[in-house]
Amino acid sequence: MTATAPAQTPANGVERPGRFKEFYHYFSENRGAVFGLWIFAGFVFVAAFAPWLAPYDPAEQFRDFTLIPPAWQEGGNWAFPLGTDPLGRDMLSRLLTGARYSFFVGVVVVTVSATGGIIIGLISAFAPKWLDAIIMRVMDIILAFPSLLLALVLVAILGPSLTNAMIAIAIVAQPHYVRLTRASALGELQKDYVTSARVVGAGLPRLMFLTVLPNCLAPIIVQAALSFSTAILDAAALGFLGMGAQPPTPEWGTMLAEAREFILRAWWVVTFPGLAILITVLSINLMGDGLRDALDPKLKRS
Amino acid sequence: MSLLEVRNLTVEFATSAGQFRAVEGVDVTLDKGEVLAIVGESGSGKSVSMLAVMGLLPWTATITADRMAFEGRDLREITPAERRKIIGKDIAMIFQEPMSSLNPCFTVGFQIKEALRQHLGLDRKARHNRAIELFEQVGIPAPEKRLNVFPHQMSGGMNQRVMIAMAIACNPKVLIADEPTTALDVTIQAQILDLLLELREKNGMALALITHDMGVVAETAERVAVHYAGQKVEEQPVAGLFGRPYHPYTAALLAALPERATSRILPTIPGVVPGQFDRPAGCLFAPRCAHASAICQTRPPLPRGADEGHARCHTPLLPDGKTVAAPIEEVSQ
Amino acid sequence: MSEQIVTARNLARHYEVKQGFLSAPATVRALSDVSFDLRPGQTLAVVGESGCGKSTLARLVTMIEEPTGGELRIKGEAVTRDHWASLRSSVQIVFQDPYGSLNPRQRISTILQEPLKINRPDMSAEERDRLAREKLALVGLRPEHYDRFPHMFSGGQRQRISIARALMLDPAILVLDEPISALDVSIQSQILNLLVELQERLGLAYLFISHDLSVVRHFCDDVIVMYLGRVVEQGPSKEVFANPRHPYTKALISATPRAVPGSGRKRIKLQGELPSPMDLIEGCPFAPRCWRVTDQCRKSRPELSGGAHGIACYNPED
Repeated sequence: MTATAPAQTPANGVERPGRFKEFYHYFSENRGAVFGLWIFAGFVFVAAFAPWLAPYDPAEQFRDFTLIPPAWQEGGNWAFPLGTDPLGRDMLSRLLTGARYSFFVGVVVVTVSATGGIIIGLISAFAPKWLDAIIMRVMDIILAFPSLLLALVLVAILGPSLTNAMIAIAIVAQPHYVRLTRASALGELQKDYVTSARVVGAGLPRLMFLTVLPNCLAPIIVQAALSFSTAILDAAALGFLGMGAQPPTPEWGTMLAEAREFILRAWWVVTFPGLAILITVLSINLMGDGLRDALDPKLKRS
Repeated sequence: MSLLEVRNLTVEFATSAGQFRAVEGVDVTLDKGEVLAIVGESGSGKSVSMLAVMGLLPWTATITADRMAFEGRDLREITPAERRKIIGKDIAMIFQEPMSSLNPCFTVGFQIKEALRQHLGLDRKARHNRAIELFEQVGIPAPEKRLNVFPHQMSGGMNQRVMIAMAIACNPKVLIADEPTTALDVTIQAQILDLLLELREKNGMALALITHDMGVVAETAERVAVHYAGQKVEEQPVAGLFGRPYHPYTAALLAALPERATSRILPTIPGVVPGQFDRPAGCLFAPRCAHASAICQTRPPLPRGADEGHARCHTPLLPDGKTVAAPIEEVSQ
Repeated sequence: MSEQIVTARNLARHYEVKQGFLSAPATVRALSDVSFDLRPGQTLAVVGESGCGKSTLARLVTMIEEPTGGELRIKGEAVTRDHWASLRSSVQIVFQDPYGSLNPRQRISTILQEPLKINRPDMSAEERDRLAREKLALVGLRPEHYDRFPHMFSGGQRQRISIARALMLDPAILVLDEPISALDVSIQSQILNLLVELQERLGLAYLFISHDLSVVRHFCDDVIVMYLGRVVEQGPSKEVFANPRHPYTKALISATPRAVPGSGRKRIKLQGELPSPMDLIEGCPFAPRCWRVTDQCRKSRPELSGGAHGIACYNPED
């Protein structure tokens, strides 16, 4: 048949970078992102191996050692490196186990809200105008409430527990995914490859999930990373307000709430859970920024 | 003295896989009032070389040249402020997409007056009059009314006229037109090309026309530079280039035109333009060239003399257009 | 002459466009009164400037949209929504933009097999694979390209892949919507040759949508010249180019630049721009830009007449 293109043999030894390599190149241009990635990796490690890393059971109360300061302070004890809380529980063990809850909250909330949001968003993008309008107005209504307030109301209705808190946070986070998915799906729908899938007779589910969805994933992944941190933050806030995880669960927000009255006497009982939240959320946000640089084609440089 | 003179221009971009050479060893000369066409396929560096002259490349680009002079002043030695005075005033540029070259948030009148204020410092009244005058010059009907119109309310052809009006606002000595008619319909393309040639006559400006359309080149240009993969491979007066090309690439490009076809199957150039990752070691066209010999594969050719169309080729075509001269062993430097 | 594979009679497509909140919706006549026949092995070109309705015609023939008037028959069957599924495999399309027409997240193997997966669900995976590789070779790509992603290909190669995908269902008709205008000059001829060879080998009928007259003149048997959604001239390509009778066709041919320097020929300069398709023009749509215009042209619209080489004009060129 027609002459084919000659083999693409690289003459000067420069090879086209693979997809992952190119992704990592853009990701690693952002130093903060790499830093965030390492902290996040540490967080995941702690969450996975908390029971083996923690020196004590997080609920075990050492009644003789209540409110012991961290080891390096006067009166500290190396048996409790970060001190103990008012009930004599080891802070370090509780913080390590708390990472587990936070990670769990993040994963569940992101999975639930992203799945729901993507499906609703795709339906909205493909739906006739009236259905699209209804869906988007409902999402606008959800977005009109301050997110924490709405989560509070939902938890108040469902009853305070970690599970209900997660459901509430997932519902609050969902509209962001719906909007994002709909917007990028509408953009993809204009493209010729979608039309050509239609010309060969692809059905609606095929068009939605196999043709369009994979091309919308980049911004959704970025959003997922950023809402992971929001979920942790919201769960901690609900915990602090007594509407999330219930004592004695060593959830970071709940720990803060329990320690509120000792804030002037024992700085460590509030500082360490606070720092844990801060560092985790900050690292995930940094990582999310890097993901955005690497995945969002709008920001890609030549 | 040439109006614009660029010697041995090289532009490299930093990419994730290392340096990418978009333009390599390109010379550009432009005399007063002449029409130079720069032809080439995508990736031939034809736009990049002109953007480099204008100083409009992003920071990832490294520009090197032996000389880059406008009216005898080297553009690289003068201060940025002085350079800005030349760019946009003495050298103006229009682009392919007239719709995206204009700011959709402002009326075209505001945008053209803004350009006039920046460069000429005219007062309000004078700016208004000059804008109307310019619109008349580029053939926009009812200019007074059109000043208050937003870009999206006009057609592509009208927007391109606005762009041209803005470009010629300061009576530039050089107008660089980067594919000015590619996005337009043929009847509008004819109008715009005629307008550009007319303006050149009237204002005596030099025109550098970047295009990929051989038809446009044949009907508008006086001198043609053919670019391939970042290099200038041939440069000739227009009649010579179409009548007797020296470089095999130029010849193959012309032969591939449907209007020159003698049979239903067209002569083709096999393969594709080399990219960043498959740049040949010798002549860049060698992998696709019907006449390539051993020396073409290993040693990059140097441009020949003007009598052979500055062809960057070891074995330029003989007058019958089919056979080539025997490769001459060049003395390595 | 063999039997017609596509017949279109007075095809029309009108759109309702809302203009603001309270005003009545306007009608955009994207396409009106288009009739043509297409037989196997024939190439019919549709030329015109942007907004002339040529892409709308492509969308009707490929069953992406339904016509709002007239009749379209493919292989003798009337094209209505319930016949779409069965007719789908007879008509396929190749798009202009080789970068947008392939799904960037799918491998070439998946892209090529998709039409079979949808339309021939009984086919075994091996059979699908074999057919896809066969078509890949047919369009001049190599077997090692089979598992790559679209971004690893150049524009010309992508266009080959698009053609291979369009051929997967063994269609009788290919709609080519400006298939080469986004490609480089040296690649254009490769793709045109491929299309010529495929047509000879497979007996395909082409509906070739283009604005490039030099390509149409070389490549097509018959040509339809459209202006603002209506046919202004229609006939065998050789005749139309040798002896254009509608002033618009003449202007279009004259405006197309030719690669002959110093020919010194005078271009016919058309005044003005294309009117908006929303404006209702009472007479001939070309009248505002025409140099042979009379009062009759402004009052009533000329119908297409003249048999094999038809024109819609009261004062045709001789």
